Amino acid sequence: MRVLLALVALICAAPLAAQDTLPPAPYAYQQLADPAQEAEAAALMATLRCLKCQSQSIADSDAPMAGDMRHQVRTRIAAGEDPEAIRQWLVQRYGDYVSYQPRVSASTWPLFAIPLLLALLAAFILRGRLGKRREPGA
Amino acid sequence: MIAELGLVALWLAAALAGLQFLAGFGALWTKMQGLADLARPAALVQALLCALAFVCLLLVFARTDLSVALVAANSHSAKPLIFKLAGAWGNHEGSMLLWVTVMALAGGLIAAVERRLLERTMLATLGAQAFVGLGFYAFLLFSSNPFERLSPAPLEGNGLNPLLQDMGLAFHPPTLYFGYVGLSVAFSFVVGALLTRQVTPEFARVMRPWILGAWVFLTLGITAGSYWAYYELGWGGWWFWDPVENASLMPWLAATALLHSASVLAARDALRAWTVLLGVIAFSMSMIGTFLVRSGILTSVHAFAVDPERGSFILALLTLYIGGALVLFVVRAGTVAEGERFSVMSREGALVVNNVALSAILCVVLLGTLYPLLTEAFGVRVSVGPPYFNPVSAMFFLPMLPILAVGPLLRWRRDSFARVRASVIALVLLALTVLLGVWLWAGVAILPLLGMAVAAMVAVGSVLPLRGRSLRKLPLAVWGMVVAHLGVAVALFGMAADSAFQQERLIAANVGDVVEVGPWAATLEGVVPVAGPNWQAIEASLTLRYQGGDGTLTHPQARAFWQPPQETSEVALVTRWNGQLYAALGNQTEDGRWQLRLWWKPFVTWIWYGGMMIALGGLLALLGRLSVDVRRRLAAGKIARRKADEQVLAA
Repeated sequence: MRVLLALVALICAAPLAAQDTLPPAPYAYQQLADPAQEAEAAALMATLRCLKCQSQSIADSDAPMAGDMRHQVRTRIAAGEDPEAIRQWLVQRYGDYVSYQPRVSASTWPLFAIPLLLALLAAFILRGRLGKRREPGA
Repeated sequence: MIAELGLVALWLAAALAGLQFLAGFGALWTKMQGLADLARPAALVQALLCALAFVCLLLVFARTDLSVALVAANSHSAKPLIFKLAGAWGNHEGSMLLWVTVMALAGGLIAAVERRLLERTMLATLGAQAFVGLGFYAFLLFSSNPFERLSPAPLEGNGLNPLLQDMGLAFHPPTLYFGYVGLSVAFSFVVGALLTRQVTPEFARVMRPWILGAWVFLTLGITAGSYWAYYELGWGGWWFWDPVENASLMPWLAATALLHSASVLAARDALRAWTVLLGVIAFSMSMIGTFLVRSGILTSVHAFAVDPERGSFILALLTLYIGGALVLFVVRAGTVAEGERFSVMSREGALVVNNVALSAILCVVLLGTLYPLLTEAFGVRVSVGPPYFNPVSAMFFLPMLPILAVGPLLRWRRDSFARVRASVIALVLLALTVLLGVWLWAGVAILPLLGMAVAAMVAVGSVLPLRGRSLRKLPLAVWGMVVAHLGVAVALFGMAADSAFQQERLIAANVGDVVEVGPWAATLEGVVPVAGPNWQAIEASLTLRYQGGDGTLTHPQARAFWQPPQETSEVALVTRWNGQLYAALGNQTEDGRWQLRLWWKPFVTWIWYGGMMIALGGLLALLGRLSVDVRRRLAAGKIARRKADEQVLAA
């Protein structure tokens, strides 16, 4: 069954692979030789959304598109690109949706402002409940 | 016929919920004793009828009666019986029926046994319980009828999503539902207490077993769900801050806060308004969780907008109950006196910190879960995932946990720092030693590093309350606290260790190749096709050796189900005390090699051991509280009988 599916996929992918005997995304399931670079790539891949799945990062998916993106990330890391630059490049291509790490922008600032407010509020409540509550006579 | 019987039982149960609602609230305002006498029997009969309806649903699934639309859509005659039964609640309609059934059973139980509160408060509680129930009956009967017939009946059913054909997932949703329903009971008690102005320690004691029970089920549900995602999805992740996961985490956070503040109310008559508010919030989170999972809004806001019937229904219920309860809270909060006072250095003080921190984390999770849905409604798609949730929740978790380590050492009401100084200094030194030691030895990232230091502190701090006490005479509830807190440390250590030390190996291997990952060596012995009752698979034989020791032969599979067509990965796991080796089989490459994915995950199992310890702690506390309640009731009965005897003698 799997082999059959793989064959079908191969036939569909034939035009792409025509110029090249290599499979379309060799680094989809292959780690980089340098452990430091692979760690960088793995950390980045865990924070990128697989656009064809529901709530999975590209590091956790068998979807072909996730494989392609892993290949992209690994080859770019191997070429010495900075992980954040790769993230930016993917965001430009696919939009903010692709990155699980929201950046501060006009539409996302409450995500960052509210936790800070919460921290202030927590400190305020604790002060209110605990600070002035001296026992009478203590 | 069975389906019709179930439907009739469900309608009758709904009618009885209406009666219970009228009787409970009617008696409250009209003081008609005849009405009041109906509330408890109505709750009992309603529970029986609901149970009957649920049994009917189980029966039509067990027989694969394909003329029932729900069975045709979710079952298949070739499925093993246990998954046929699990299929009864593995879908929208069936799971809502399960929810209503558990809620009716809980209502029946309080109606049958709970006699400690003022009868007025109990009537208001039963009325509130029926009011919540009515909404769900309406939802079931008008928009999610599980017994709907299909004509003509199809020859074969659609089958159950193969990912769900797994023991872990067969029992995961009911576990969570038990938790949600337990919180609905707490909610009803809160409404009853607010309506009759009876926010008392006795109220907290009556409500506490329900919170504890709900909390145990939620803990088990989350732990099981996390382990399920870990081994079933085939990529070794155990928590992704996925909205569905968050939907179960939020009620847990609220229930944890509620549990602790209810303890303060029960023991010290303090934190009255806060406990009541948390009771409302905890049930709100259950409703929001149900809404998120059941409305389809998570797949896409637009999918929800196209077919909003069910989602709108739950949203309307949510607004009605939560809005109503909050209005009631605002109206009555002024009349709920603040309660007893306490100083900073006290058990209550530490519990207030715990409550505030848990509430803040709850807000963060809620914000991060709902925010993408909100922006999507305005046409902007953003993703919020682990890189956001991990640091932001840690901002509140990490300060809370040292307080958790010290809090149980403090006395109620007022304590002096001098009394616990030695323990506190020892705990801080321990944390610093671990911090420095791990950093020098392994140089791990900041969050796992802090996690390990705090875990060590919590582990030692949680057993310190045992010092100098007779272990045999220690109340069960204290054992529960110790075990649960220790479980927090164990789970936290597992999370930190797995994040810091996990090793990954992805490789294409030929038969006979040896692949090394961490201290393990894996030998690919062979790959063969195999077939099961409703699937076929490619199965690898993989020998796994830890540090050159004896090999364990494992069989990871890449499975393909045919009804519905879907592929899953059956991973091979080898568990040692210090972690787990995780092996998954992937596709075949073009040159005939096999994709292998191997992870060495040090101490990863401690996450779930910790989760189980937390649940066990809750269970011990629950048993402890219940046994005290039962003993009290027996003693009260004895005294009453003696008094009666004396009166007879005197006469």
